[in-house]
Amino acid sequence: MSTETARPGAVALLVKYNIYIMLVALVVASTLLSEHFLTVQNIHNLLRQLAPLALVSIGMLLVVLTGGIDLSVGSVAAIGGMGVAMAMPALPFDGGLALLLCVMGAVLFGAALGAVNGLLVSGFGMASFVATLAMMTMARGLAYMLSNGQPVRFPRDLPTAQILTGFGAKGLPGLGTPWPVVAALAIVLLFIFLLRRTSWGRLTVATGSNETAVRLAGLPVWRFKFLAYTICGGLSALAGIMVTARTAVGTPVTGVGLELDAIAACVIGGALLSGGRGTVTHTMIGVLILGLIGNIMNLMSVPAYPQQIIKGVIIILAVLLQGVGLRANRRV
Amino acid sequence: MQHLEMQDISKEFGGIAALRGAAFSARAGEVHALMGENGAGKSTLMKILAGAYDHEGGEIRIGGAAASIHSPQDAIRKGVSVIYQEFSLARHLTVAENILIENLGSAFLVNRRAMEMRAATLLQDMGFAEIDPRGIVGDLPVAFQQVVEICKALSRDCSILVLDEPTAVLTTHEAEKLFALVRRLRDRGVCVIYISHRLDEIFALCDRVTVLKDGATVGTWDTATLTHDSLTRLMIGRELQDFFPPRVAEIGAVALEVRGLAVPPLVRNVSFAVRRGEILGIGGLVGAGRTEVLRAIFGADRRSAGEILLHGQPVTIPHPGAAVRAGIGLLPEDRKQQGVLLDMPILTNAVMTPVNPHLGPMGLLRDRRERGAVQALRDGLRLKAASLDAEAGTLSGGNQQKVALMKWLVSGCDVLLLDEPTRGVDVGAKVEIYRVINELAAGGTAVVMVSSEMLELMGMCDRVLVMRGGGIAGELSGESLTEANIIELAMGRGNVH
Repeated sequence: MSTETARPGAVALLVKYNIYIMLVALVVASTLLSEHFLTVQNIHNLLRQLAPLALVSIGMLLVVLTGGIDLSVGSVAAIGGMGVAMAMPALPFDGGLALLLCVMGAVLFGAALGAVNGLLVSGFGMASFVATLAMMTMARGLAYMLSNGQPVRFPRDLPTAQILTGFGAKGLPGLGTPWPVVAALAIVLLFIFLLRRTSWGRLTVATGSNETAVRLAGLPVWRFKFLAYTICGGLSALAGIMVTARTAVGTPVTGVGLELDAIAACVIGGALLSGGRGTVTHTMIGVLILGLIGNIMNLMSVPAYPQQIIKGVIIILAVLLQGVGLRANRRV
Repeated sequence: MQHLEMQDISKEFGGIAALRGAAFSARAGEVHALMGENGAGKSTLMKILAGAYDHEGGEIRIGGAAASIHSPQDAIRKGVSVIYQEFSLARHLTVAENILIENLGSAFLVNRRAMEMRAATLLQDMGFAEIDPRGIVGDLPVAFQQVVEICKALSRDCSILVLDEPTAVLTTHEAEKLFALVRRLRDRGVCVIYISHRLDEIFALCDRVTVLKDGATVGTWDTATLTHDSLTRLMIGRELQDFFPPRVAEIGAVALEVRGLAVPPLVRNVSFAVRRGEILGIGGLVGAGRTEVLRAIFGADRRSAGEILLHGQPVTIPHPGAAVRAGIGLLPEDRKQQGVLLDMPILTNAVMTPVNPHLGPMGLLRDRRERGAVQALRDGLRLKAASLDAEAGTLSGGNQQKVALMKWLVSGCDVLLLDEPTRGVDVGAKVEIYRVINELAAGGTAVVMVSSEMLELMGMCDRVLVMRGGGIAGELSGESLTEANIIELAMGRGNVH
């Protein structure tokens, strides 16, 4: 066996680095196909749009690592985005502190919704699909109720709102990297660190790999699952706030279908939906691949409907490649 | 005349030979045991017969004619059926539907009545009239599911039936019913190939034995000409006495005491004590409540009554985490499902405990420190692995068991509960595990070991408790610790209280 790994063939390399290869291939193809692709403007826009998906995908990855799934991320994002939009004008004072309070409140509320998911799954043993499906419709319903089904607008001249929309529209002085991208990057790095370098991260992955064995090692399995859903809820709300910051309006339809993109990002990144396998880095590449597909097709004015088909095909291709990888590694 | 002949069968996996010109032949109307250590090639040989693997070179003849078997369909057509440990039953369908599942696909309309009648006849024939053909398979006890699986094989006229460790999931009573069924099949002229690690079964059931070693055939013998000793020697080329390395036991103060333990619905009034440096065996039949006792002490199952004392102090153990913090470790009976994370590296497995002294503040990993500690353990346990990053699933059964043990060495436990520590492990690896257990006891650990293997209990333990029907039937040690006494207590024959 050792001789095989010592001399990896071209196929083995292709399989091992398949998503990196896919990403590079997409970038190269996009550059060749459209002169508008490799411009600072376009890249910044693309990344700015992807920042919320990146956050939600991290949350989804945590849940998927424990062997679950969270369908409620899109609805929770809508509540987060709307919550901030409604809270800002309602606060008796303005400014950075007010914004911080609004954001923290919305994130905590999202985390609380996630905690309900976590409780249903880890405390009551409910199937995650069912529990989060219920949360998905409940949270969406709440979003519509709060807003009467209308977009929630806030006064543009409100100092608190100006900070928020400034965050959504502006970027790092000099480089121009959009603030949401900087924030998302920081959170990505944080979770890479947490998953790789802490006992919590390692045991979260272990829980998805074999829950019974982890429990019989004396470890509180329920806590890892509960935390995964809670963090996922918080990150989803934060993603919704980023959308509000970018669009300067909170709408109850934010994040419809977001759960599917997040799951797709995890899967393209090689995460196993049965749990125990997946990394933040690869999931982020999954996010980029999804974003690039949409971006280049938009640049080439491919209509929306064929776009969906092409996206589906790419997801299948990515997973097929990984299947080949798994089989190549297996002895029998 | 031989009904099945396999000649010069070879098979390689990625350059490593699993079979090197193995030969195997069996008659119609016999029960033929296929023996060998794990990795000797038994499963590979049978999977080739079943068409699950393709063979390179060699020939398979069935009923005197060359049989080309290159797919599971080929094998079924040639009358070969294999009953694996994992059944291939549709759990939500009825017994009759499962038995006649192939007929289900061939006709457009299903004549349920006729199917149920046919299934009932078949079940009755096999001596299992109590199984209702209309019952849902998933609701049946495992033993009956196995009978359904065998009937399914018989419904398609199989002449060669392979049973792969069929009793691993059965209680003794169920196993006896299975043996009766196997004998009935043999008397009807079926060629039954029987794979098991349990020597007792081989001697009770099988007419002949073929031994494989390192992918080649050692030979075939009439069971009557063999003894436990000689058969074991053939498999490993080693004397039985060498199994149980001598042990210097320095027995100290009482480490764990259990008083009046009850675990509904089975276990009641179990009391015992085990001292530092002592190895206490728990024998008895599968289903006597042995596993339940260990799990209740460990906090994995709820106890309804009973006191647990560690070093003389009463402790409450509401969940496994509390047990580990109190210094108790458990090696569960099902290594792959409960003991190790097969997809995770050895390192992760080894430090998977709530008491990991190598963690930094806030649960930060200190990779170098952890690696150093686990590396030292690996050398001490003589764990054979390429690196600590190798997935546990790539290791042999014995080495997986060592990985499962590692976490208790990392957390440092005073009381170690072992549930069938050598189940499904080949003979060579067993000796290794025995050595590790002895060393732990010598270091002052109190060991409680549940085992179904008499030799193991007699060779390893200072004292043996025998359980029966949820209670302790008796205690054996020294002169009284014999195979006959263990069986007597376990089965409830004789005048034992």
